[in-house]
Amino acid sequence: MTVSEASTTACAATAAASLPKLDASRIRLVLLDSGGANLGSVQAAFARLGVEAPVSSDAQRIRAATHVLLPGVGAAAPAMARLRANGLDRLIPSLSQPLLGICVGMQLLFEHSVEGDVACLGLLPGRVEGLPETPGVRVPHMGWNRLQAVSPEAAMHPLLAGVDGRHAYFVHGYAYRGTTNTLATCTHGQPFAAIAARGRVMGAQCHPERSATTGARLLANFLSL
Amino acid sequence: MLARRLIPCLDVRDGQVVKGLRFRDHVVVGGIESLALRYRDEGADELVFYDITASPEGRRVERDWVERVARLIDIPFCVAGGIRSVEDARVVLNAGADKISINSPALERPALIDELAAAFGVQCVVVGIDSLRDEDGEWRVRQYTGDPSKTKALGRRTLDWVTEAQQRGAGEIVLNCMGSDGARAGFDLEQLAAVRGRCRVPLVASGGAGAIEHFIEVFHRADVDAALAASVFHAGTVSIPELKTRLQQAGIEVRHD
Repeated sequence: MTVSEASTTACAATAAASLPKLDASRIRLVLLDSGGANLGSVQAAFARLGVEAPVSSDAQRIRAATHVLLPGVGAAAPAMARLRANGLDRLIPSLSQPLLGICVGMQLLFEHSVEGDVACLGLLPGRVEGLPETPGVRVPHMGWNRLQAVSPEAAMHPLLAGVDGRHAYFVHGYAYRGTTNTLATCTHGQPFAAIAARGRVMGAQCHPERSATTGARLLANFLSL
Repeated sequence: MLARRLIPCLDVRDGQVVKGLRFRDHVVVGGIESLALRYRDEGADELVFYDITASPEGRRVERDWVERVARLIDIPFCVAGGIRSVEDARVVLNAGADKISINSPALERPALIDELAAAFGVQCVVVGIDSLRDEDGEWRVRQYTGDPSKTKALGRRTLDWVTEAQQRGAGEIVLNCMGSDGARAGFDLEQLAAVRGRCRVPLVASGGAGAIEHFIEVFHRADVDAALAASVFHAGTVSIPELKTRLQQAGIEVRHD
């Protein structure tokens, strides 16, 4: 067997068929540097959509972006420490363009996380808690689980287009378990906020960069806003 | 509900994917990237790349193919083999791997699990365990199984090691049952169920898959979170789309893209 370019093209074509049309020339995306190890994977996910995703902590460059993404892997406390060290903790709340936090990046949007008992950005009201471990419900929550819109109105949110009811990939031990601003839940023992939005501030607890076609759709939806 | 995962395992040797019976006599199966892409398109939920020569030779995982795979596929993948330190793990994770799996180096120095969990979080620390039943009926771990001439039997009981690995910060356990590996006669349900009883974190079954029925029974009877296999997927004996349909018919939650 050889590396098949035909297969690569077929894969891209399948994904593209279900994606909204993006005008990459109008998009200036910036990934905020929260110190996570998954920056390369997130950049690759956008590259598959034809969009460059430079990493920056430069205020001028971030202000000039059309879309801002806050990635995150690891724990909330070191990620917040990183944002404080490079001044992003003050810059992020002052931004006006669409902002998407993913995984720990979503958790940082809330007021507080019990993981490391750390104050977060406070752009979304609520506290991030540990997922409860019960018989048969293992923590960390690791694997593919279904996104479920909380209401017909929530299902109409552009971020959920084409992803409601589909499986996304999760790896985490903490989440926001309240309902304020929650668009879609995911259930692991109990429901938690899988996707939340309050105006320009949005979060996805799953890893869209590793959620196959569903994840690509979620990222494309964000860039379409 | 969390879907049960199907994980093709790609044993990597000298930049190619290989497979041997009971860890011996390796033959080339194909290229790393072409197989990764094939399995992604067929609906694999995750991939594991095992650098089977890395650990016994004290050699590090090459970084470049990890980067190429990370750019190519949009499902999670784990890299195993030759990770002996936080720095080794950092290289692989920064190259785009979602998780790292350690086996022999964790047996050499169990504190490595604590260090990796502290540095990267438990969610990306997988502990692989090669286990074999001894004549006294006890399951015990094996070390350096990538090379039969260097494989070592240890006195450590498998169930004890499962408990210790979790206490130290393993976020997932892959149990490779060497007695059933490569024989395609089914997973070692007895051992997996025993380990499940000790394992609070996700548990991945490995070794022995030969037919669709084997996957149905391992999810039903050993309650594992994921099933890993190599040769049945490589040879096409079990097709992932058909397997997922059959699992769903058997009442097992699976992902459909």
